[in-house]
Amino acid sequence: MVTAMTLTGKRTKRDLFWLGLLALFAVIPLTPWFTRSTFAQHVMIQVLLYASMAQAWNILGGYCGQVSFGHSVFFGIGAYGTAMAVVKFGLIPWPGILAGAVIAAVVAVAISYPCFKLKGHYFAIATFAIVEIFNRLFMVWYWVGGALGLDYGFTQPGWKNFVWYQTKDCCFYGVLLLFILVFGIVRWIEKHRFGFYLRAVREGQDTAESLGVDSTRVKLSAMALSAFLAALCGAFFAQYNYRVDPPMVMSLDMSMKFVLITILGGLGTFYGPLLGAALLIPLQEYTRAYLGGIGGGVDLIIFGLLIIIVVVYQPKGIMGILDRVYVRFKRSREGGK
Amino acid sequence: MATFLQVAFDGLLNGLLYALVAAGLSLIWGVMDVINFAHGEFLMVAMYLSYWLGFIWKVDPLVSSVAGGAFVFILGALTYRLVISRTIGKSAMSALLATFGLSMLLKNVCLNRFSPNFRILQHTLLGGKTFNLAGIIIPLPQLVIGLVALALLYLIYLLVKKTRLGWAIQATAMDKEAAELMGINTERIYLLVFGLGGACVGIAGGLLPSYLAVHPEVGGLFSLIAFVCVAMGGFGSIPGALLASLLIGLVEAFAGFYIAPVFKYVAVFGLYLVVVMVRPRGLFGW
Repeated sequence: MVTAMTLTGKRTKRDLFWLGLLALFAVIPLTPWFTRSTFAQHVMIQVLLYASMAQAWNILGGYCGQVSFGHSVFFGIGAYGTAMAVVKFGLIPWPGILAGAVIAAVVAVAISYPCFKLKGHYFAIATFAIVEIFNRLFMVWYWVGGALGLDYGFTQPGWKNFVWYQTKDCCFYGVLLLFILVFGIVRWIEKHRFGFYLRAVREGQDTAESLGVDSTRVKLSAMALSAFLAALCGAFFAQYNYRVDPPMVMSLDMSMKFVLITILGGLGTFYGPLLGAALLIPLQEYTRAYLGGIGGGVDLIIFGLLIIIVVVYQPKGIMGILDRVYVRFKRSREGGK
Repeated sequence: MATFLQVAFDGLLNGLLYALVAAGLSLIWGVMDVINFAHGEFLMVAMYLSYWLGFIWKVDPLVSSVAGGAFVFILGALTYRLVISRTIGKSAMSALLATFGLSMLLKNVCLNRFSPNFRILQHTLLGGKTFNLAGIIIPLPQLVIGLVALALLYLIYLLVKKTRLGWAIQATAMDKEAAELMGINTERIYLLVFGLGGACVGIAGGLLPSYLAVHPEVGGLFSLIAFVCVAMGGFGSIPGALLASLLIGLVEAFAGFYIAPVFKYVAVFGLYLVVVMVRPRGLFGW
């Protein structure tokens, strides 16, 4: 009730903001018409995919405060789910996508139940260890393709098989649906009881428990949801690349992408993951495309520097910078009055 | 039986190498509660330094290890001044993430400058030499690194426990504010600890090219294993890190030999998970 009442006070301004945002989102689906360059489309698809991944991680890492470096495991299980359905069983990918996501959620709960006992760095290192274990096991699990991975054969292009060879337009719509799903769920959570539980556990687990919040259950639910959504992103990743192998999806580097994009954009904020991805992915793709001649790794050198600078000078990420600009703007307007 | 002993001995020698790499990390973690993610990249940088000294001026890794230690001491101190000192007091993850950024930077600068090729230093003093001890074949470079590791760990232990500087380090680790009130310059202690932690891994990196190929990704696995050693040993405990490293070396060797080489690291990381499930603060943690 209290929140509802305080919100009504700013109704008109918020409405304007939301209308603007909706208008922006209404334009996004048209973008494949504006740009016929498949590279630009590829960059946009990547931005939306990584934004969704980071947002999925943000549920657990940002809102609930449990910094996990193990999300590439769930991402990978999702990718393997759909790839197994298509390559091994010769099915359409959809049941595989769902199965992969459910398995990822179950695995996430099974792994994290004992791990949530650990505190601070012990938890972080345990999640590193889990990624390495899964990576090594998938390397020798020949039923799922071992180190060679799974390669897609040719199938009929279209929504049924979720593959297209001639165009990226539909891939873009696919990832846009994923993006809307993930961001919609997080938006909903933010405003509802579960979101308050999550933040309560982040701010003080003991205090939250003393007020009757079952912190273990909250953390496990956040983990399950986060893993489920990460697995959906993994499924899209496999469909988009037509192949999957362990180092591609289940590696520490992939795990770090979930974390770093969110940190760069703003930990525990709704727009942070999108901002982080929108800055980082084009930077990565364009430096790779245009500075490739200087030698490998230029994009990652810039990325590394950026991470250091953001963590050291602006731990709240791009959202923190925007907040500061907004406050200064407001103050200067009030000063002018 | 001979095979068993041979595998065990190889495992122990490898464990001593891990202990040498982990010692610096353990010191830093114990005093500052910071995980230096770029630890493996410090090792890699020292390995490149040693490799290039050996390749251009024919300096033996045994000598280059001193240069490696000094170089990474400076690198560590710089890292502390420019990055870590600004994250102290912020969230526990910020130092880890900042050093992850640093590790990406170092790795990719080396990748960009030196290409991803594996580089092997030939004609070193120790390279490829072995001797036979009652049926067990002992490779000389590994043995030397093992001995250096033991000596260095003992020196660090003495430094921390027996000298005035060591007491100041301990006091800073226990309670920073109280140490400052007692007139300890904690900023300088932190700087020194980060430098010393770097120097340990620099010496290891300087020695390694006598039997290990250098490439930009070489630090990654060492980092992870060093984290596991330190966490398994318990919060900043150097004897704990030594014990954990030896255990990990043994488990790695036995799992690699008796099960399958790919299961080496599954066993190592699995061991870590089992240990922290039973003792959430590591073997020697409290």
